[in-house]
Amino acid sequence: MNEAWRFFLLFFGAAVVANILLIRFIALCPFFGVSNSLDTSLGMSISVIFVMVMATSVSWIAWNYVLQPLGVGEFLYIPAFILVIASLVQFVEMVIKKTSPPLYRAMGIYLPLITTNCAVLAAATESVKPGFFTKLNIPYNYGFVESVIYTLGVAVGFSLVLIIFAALRERLELAPIPKFFRGVPIAFITAALFSLAFMGFAGMFNL
Amino acid sequence: MDWSLVWKAAVALSGFGLLLGAVLAVASKRFHVEVDPRVEEILDALPGSNCDACGLPGCEAAAEAVAKEEVPVTVCKAGGPDVAAEVARIMGVEVESLVPLVAHIHCRGGKSLSPLRALYQGVNSCRAAEAAMGGGKACPFGCIGLEDCAKVCPVSAITFDEEGIRRVNVRKCTGCGLCADVCPRDLIEMVPAGAGVFVRCKSRYTGKKALNACKVACIGCKRCEKICPADAIHVMGGYAVIDYEKCTSCGDCAEECPTDSIQLWVDLEGHPEGGEFVLPEKKKS
Repeated sequence: MNEAWRFFLLFFGAAVVANILLIRFIALCPFFGVSNSLDTSLGMSISVIFVMVMATSVSWIAWNYVLQPLGVGEFLYIPAFILVIASLVQFVEMVIKKTSPPLYRAMGIYLPLITTNCAVLAAATESVKPGFFTKLNIPYNYGFVESVIYTLGVAVGFSLVLIIFAALRERLELAPIPKFFRGVPIAFITAALFSLAFMGFAGMFNL
Repeated sequence: MDWSLVWKAAVALSGFGLLLGAVLAVASKRFHVEVDPRVEEILDALPGSNCDACGLPGCEAAAEAVAKEEVPVTVCKAGGPDVAAEVARIMGVEVESLVPLVAHIHCRGGKSLSPLRALYQGVNSCRAAEAAMGGGKACPFGCIGLEDCAKVCPVSAITFDEEGIRRVNVRKCTGCGLCADVCPRDLIEMVPAGAGVFVRCKSRYTGKKALNACKVACIGCKRCEKICPADAIHVMGGYAVIDYEKCTSCGDCAEECPTDSIQLWVDLEGHPEGGEFVLPEKKKS
């Protein structure tokens, strides 16, 4: 298996086959919270991709150069990662606010939300801790590049589903739905059907 | 138990904490952005419900826009005159006129008054019905009754009775004007609170044609125009329009109106909608 193909599998597996929203049901709160309109879901998606990749990068460094050498990673990774990710997001927010007000207006309101997003923590954890990753049947040696590619896959999968779902929900607004199903109930039903559809990717490329 | 793990963990976490804290402290100085202190104050004065009635995304955006003087201090419609006065005080300006506005729907043709000419079964929205041949009602100018205004109202002030007649609760209405924007037939007008006479029709049909479409239509006969002592009511484009700057709420036009399309509004203490429409006693009948 050559390198490029392995990277592709890693990305594809994270984005589609083991989609974080529809297959693993992580980060359902933003999935239902910000999927009301296409605009907000686009803003959220871009912010998630941005934050997730950065969060994984710093978590990977923290894990490999601090937590593992000290031998405390096994039980300390969650508080340590939360600390690192929260500070990182705060820092990035400040930098963006100063350097690029238009970007801040586009992403600003989502950044604090993402600080404590479970998908971000999940991606950071999975890319450094073996064990979580064995569900995806790919040879994986936990290097920095693999971590970033994997996280990018998770984030793109999140965005893909969020944007499709937002477009669906915008159309649902106009559909003749029975009164008691309007709003969130029909969204949950749609998400379930959507999830069933994504099950069809299971086993693709032997993943 | 391996005690070395404990201090290692403590060192690792406190090290992280100190380092990141220091970085954030430096960054907050280094990347400090000057914020207008009035924004905070205005934000405190606003209701904070993020209703978006002002057209800006949330109260924070509204507070910033007010501080930058991009929008007037009366931007918060939901807050009404009290909030506007408070915001004006913070901004150091005077508010000119604070007569609160109330939404009024210029149609009283319910199901029994304006017959159906078709059965509309499309998307449940007035705007969709208007696009699809104007829904089912005989009157092409009247309220379609699919509740777009009620859906958009942030304070649920618009209700419907079994006749399909729309009612605005004047106690609840904050005068935000969202319903007036959304009505595809432009039937909703923001009138000064306290106005006592309303032309409850906007039919551009005149005479018999108007009456065929609805029993209480304004037929454009101009009798109200002739009797009005204050020159406040005029027939324009087939229906009577009241100029509330001149109107004295004497009610002469309502007495004169042959089709009862002009009604008086009586404020009633304790009434669920704040009052109701009544017909004056007719002189001739």
